[in-house]
Amino acid sequence: MTPTLFGRIQTRVFLVAVVGSLWTLLITPVLPGVDGVPYAMTFSILLVVGLAGVVWEFLYHALQQFRWEKDWPTLLSLITGVNEGVLAWFIVAAGFAPGIDDGVPLSAFLVHFITTWLVIFLYANGPMRVPFLRWRYRGGRLV
Amino acid sequence: MSQQQPPPPPAPPGGAPAASSTSAAGDLTDQLIATSIWTDEMVAGAGIPVVDVPLVSVGGGIGSFVLADFLRIAGMPAGSMRALGQADRPWDTYAYLASVSQIPEPERLRSDAGSTPDNIWGFPSFAVREAFGARSLTGFIAPLFQVLVEPILTDYYTPPAGHVYAGMQREADRIGWWDMVDKGQVRMIRRRAGGGYFTILTPPTGTSATKRVAYRSHHVHTAVGYPGVRFLRDLQEYREKHQDFTRVVNAYEPHEHVYQELRKRPGTVVVRGSGIVGSRILQRLIDDREQHGAQTTIIHLFRNFVDGPQGKSIFMRRPGADGFAYQGFNFPKAAWGGQLKNRLERSDPEERKELIAQMGGTNTPKRKLWQQQLAKGRREGYYRTQVGTVTEVYPGDDGTVVTRIDTADGILEIAANYIVDATGLQADIGEHRVLNDLLEHGGAGRNAVGRLDVEPSFEIRGTRSGEGRIYASGSSTLGGYYAGVDSFLGLQYAALQIADDLASQRFVKKIGPIRSTLQWWKWAFNRKVS
Ligand SMILES: Cc1cc2nc3c(=O)[nH]c(=O)nc-3n(C[C@H](O)[C@H](O)[C@H](O)COP(=O)(O)OP(=O)(O)OC[C@H]3O[C@@H](n4cnc5c(N)ncnc54)[C@H](O)[C@@H]3O)c2cc1C
Repeated sequence: MTPTLFGRIQTRVFLVAVVGSLWTLLITPVLPGVDGVPYAMTFSILLVVGLAGVVWEFLYHALQQFRWEKDWPTLLSLITGVNEGVLAWFIVAAGFAPGIDDGVPLSAFLVHFITTWLVIFLYANGPMRVPFLRWRYRGGRLV
Repeated sequence: MSQQQPPPPPAPPGGAPAASSTSAAGDLTDQLIATSIWTDEMVAGAGIPVVDVPLVSVGGGIGSFVLADFLRIAGMPAGSMRALGQADRPWDTYAYLASVSQIPEPERLRSDAGSTPDNIWGFPSFAVREAFGARSLTGFIAPLFQVLVEPILTDYYTPPAGHVYAGMQREADRIGWWDMVDKGQVRMIRRRAGGGYFTILTPPTGTSATKRVAYRSHHVHTAVGYPGVRFLRDLQEYREKHQDFTRVVNAYEPHEHVYQELRKRPGTVVVRGSGIVGSRILQRLIDDREQHGAQTTIIHLFRNFVDGPQGKSIFMRRPGADGFAYQGFNFPKAAWGGQLKNRLERSDPEERKELIAQMGGTNTPKRKLWQQQLAKGRREGYYRTQVGTVTEVYPGDDGTVVTRIDTADGILEIAANYIVDATGLQADIGEHRVLNDLLEHGGAGRNAVGRLDVEPSFEIRGTRSGEGRIYASGSSTLGGYYAGVDSFLGLQYAALQIADDLASQRFVKKIGPIRSTLQWWKWAFNRKVS
């Protein structure tokens, strides 16, 4: 991908809010180590990932400036899941995620976060272009 | 699916039948040639039959095809567009140039997985399609792994040329392309009094009653590819003076005899040019050494030797070494749709010219195979580089050609069996008859780099005729708001801009998210575009 800063932010918000939410709806009922269907918890985590993600985009954009091609290779958009996942876990574990009172089991967090990351990654690297024909020429901007 | 009919073509003069023929010869007259804006009566008076069609695309190559693909998907009936060209299939000219310059069908060409001239979305990419078409597990994983880790751990994925041709064949069948083509050579495009244009076609001899046929249309699109092969001046002089077309060859003309001859006996080749075509020629020469026992010595001439990264700012520094400037494609990736595209759009004409020169120019990808081959050649002494300016090329002893060069250490003379010019294909647009006519009679102008001056919508500035517009895509438009015009993805971008511009005039529908998705389904299941 060849994102611009504004394109990154728009794409990130769209992916988390739409694709991430749909996936969270599906995956939450089958998460391990939790009682019931903890939508409040998973959507709170998603919100944390989305908000922190917007901040992360500024760093990625800065790093991208050192690349001659001004592109963001596919591999980077996959492995940045590691740093983002670690940070999100710390935020959640430290109790900063809104609406979560009694802790989050690591297993549930991992399954939720990793699958969501992969779904978003796969969607952004192909199917996203189907409805949004102009997206790839606009540096990721949707509007 | 509902389809919106484009506005009807202009009515034939005085209600006369469109192909009315008079006693005149059906050829261009002096009056027509000298007049910039034609009336229907003038054309009828010359006896040239008229075909009415809303849109004409001149060229019939990949650029015309890609535009037809977008417009068909945007709801244009097949009958509303005619592509006029000489080739049988849209990729013929490309396939010819690719194969002589050493990209035969099984080899991989030069653009990325998402540059898909047979699919307006770029999804599924060629890598995904190659994976799902593979017959083995490694064949499935390899292309997917490559697009995942490119360009960090591997070279960029590039599709085999044959896959791209097969894809275009399928898409051409799907959109009804074959009925949209008329064969022949286009002579000129002239504005029509009252709006729209006349495009004059010379059909192949014996296929029409008259020498010329006039296409009367609202709009015209041109995608004529390269005006011609450009030779280095000293090589051109040598060829003309000594009538020697076997020892001094251009990479873009058939020159297989060079390789065949060098397999039979040891020889020396001078290669000029350090772009991707130069790399391909070097690969072929070294492949022949490794696989067919050739004993070729290669002398690679550089006028500008790139010995390290280029660029003052660390934020704008292109990798380079061993004489070559390295980047994956002819421009940095973001020139097609990211930060660099935005920057170019915002620049003024002079800045654009500079930025295009900085991002483009002569460059080649840093492919692992090429790095290894050249490193081995250097070690074993059969690949040597020489830096300097050629002052003369003349015949030497034993049927050799001698290149005299001015180097930092004085004059040097290199005798070789062959010289391969891999420096370029770009001739001046004025050398193309149709484009030259547009400059002289059509109101078109040149941009800062001397090519056609186009709007961001790819409309050629100054050529409007009533409501009619002329658009251009491909290499003739370099120097405008978009750098990668001469590439599959650039042709797709131009087609999208043109389709959007035509949609704003209600010629087609705008391809919004819903139409886009529905049409993609049709593509996926290979359903004909209605
Ligand atoms: C060797 C080579 C390799 C390339 N590889 C790649 C690659 O891998 N990926 C990529 O993205 N891009 C590549 N390109 C660049 C570019 O995408 C192709 O050249 C592409 O074919 C350009 O399309 P076009 O329509 O502009 O020209 P063409 O496909 O060449 O079509 C132009 C057509 O117009 C016809 N024509 C010209 N004048 C007239 C006339 N007066 N009347 C009638 N017909 C006329 C010609 O006969 C020709 O068929 C490559 C270019 C070259 C030369």
